[in-house]
Amino acid sequence: MRLRPCGDRAVLVELADADERRRLEAALRATPLPGVLEHVPAARTVLVTVNDPTRLAGVVAALRSLTLPLTGADVATESVPDTDVLEIPVTYDGDDLPEVAAHLGCDVREVVTRHTGQVWLVEFAGFAPGFGYLLGDRGGLEVPRRSTPRTRIPAGAVGLAGPWSGVYPRASPGGWQLIGRTDLEMWDTRRDPPAVLEPGRRVRFLEAGL
Amino acid sequence: MSALLVTRVGPLATVQDLGRPGHARLGVTTSGAADRSALRLGNRILGNDPAAAGIEVLLGGLEVRSVGRTTVALTGAPAPLTVAGRPASPCVPLDLRDGETLSLGMPPTGLRSYLAVRGRLEVARVFGSASTDPTSGVGPPLLEPGTLLSISRVGSEQRCGVDDLAATDLAAPASPAVGDLVLRVVLGPRDDWFDPASVARFTTSAWEVTADLDRVGIRLAGPPLARSRMGELASEGVVRGSVQVPPSGQPLVFLADHPTTGGYPVIGVLADEDTDALAQVRPGGRLRFRPTRPSWT
Repeated sequence: MRLRPCGDRAVLVELADADERRRLEAALRATPLPGVLEHVPAARTVLVTVNDPTRLAGVVAALRSLTLPLTGADVATESVPDTDVLEIPVTYDGDDLPEVAAHLGCDVREVVTRHTGQVWLVEFAGFAPGFGYLLGDRGGLEVPRRSTPRTRIPAGAVGLAGPWSGVYPRASPGGWQLIGRTDLEMWDTRRDPPAVLEPGRRVRFLEAGL
Repeated sequence: MSALLVTRVGPLATVQDLGRPGHARLGVTTSGAADRSALRLGNRILGNDPAAAGIEVLLGGLEVRSVGRTTVALTGAPAPLTVAGRPASPCVPLDLRDGETLSLGMPPTGLRSYLAVRGRLEVARVFGSASTDPTSGVGPPLLEPGTLLSISRVGSEQRCGVDDLAATDLAAPASPAVGDLVLRVVLGPRDDWFDPASVARFTTSAWEVTADLDRVGIRLAGPPLARSRMGELASEGVVRGSVQVPPSGQPLVFLADHPTTGGYPVIGVLADEDTDALAQVRPGGRLRFRPTRPSWT
């Protein structure tokens, strides 16, 4: 765990790997540090922010003396019960399906089978409100981003990039490989919470209409 | 209940308060006034809660008609203003009678003016904030001719005290910075991704604000900053004031509507307060970064 300066209202905690990051999150959720506004997880970092710059030194001292739990495995399930797996119905007709299958050396059917055949965990959010980075528990779908991003991807598009899967919450540009689409609204401010894919949420994709 | 009816807008007019901090983990950025100090001043002039929502006006051009009696104050970029056709002053409470129109011209300096409104603007709140983030589509829609902003009175408990009000006797219109604007910066979190000469250039050169600017960020022009480390950085959380350096070597400073995570290395982060003044710098304006140590090292 390494602390990197990030201005007068934040510190960036860099971890060795995703597992250590989950352990830090577990520790921060178990014992919230006084003065902290929030902690923002990403792949191998957690950004810890404060409202009041005079609290930052105290937060850093508390982070330094924090003991990480041995496992971060439970961190994901703390806000969402383990049994509560959100089902997202997907129509698998994405423009990049053939390319994804070719890259993985399988057929299109197998891509769908792998995507629906595992439980995905929202590791962290970013890019846009309600966009979650989902990591599968079985893998087998690792593909590069498109070399040329699309200028417009419709809301509800389901994509793959690196080890991640994600659902575009609203129309936007993007470079992920598109494999399908869902009608489920990922982001709706009339709802509480507005985001479906909150960090820690578990998800299973289902083939729509089956 | 009274209201302001928008009859004309310039390049961009939005409702802004101090934003919605604390939801970055959902991908929701803080947003809020680009120049928060100007909005706070306007609210203090009117005896509002300093965090009350007002109208952020980019490069003037706004015209509003009062429906019923309203009280407003203009702060930030000193746009010339008229009320019912007569010139009026910034930084003082202006009482508008029913049907009177307030009109903003183009400010000679600065980018963003703030029309603070006594009372509470009745727009839909998202995570408790009335701020519009045009990039991600969070918050109320952009103001356009025909937008009716209802205003409700607030109880005295939500207004500020007499002591706060007294300080605004000295409120002066914003004046342009003389010479280069100097902003405090803490190096990192990724200054070690750049060669030492580039890190030195970052804090010793003058940087020009380009026309590539909006509420998300400001692209700067100057001597290119070279990376000493190649490869991709895994996306990580960023804050308002982060100075991100894409492969072009020309930095981008994040403002109110910054993305919550970014994949290019951040060479330094500006003192949060200093980003208010930055939000008023026009293209062609020059900046310098003065390194400061983080409070905890």
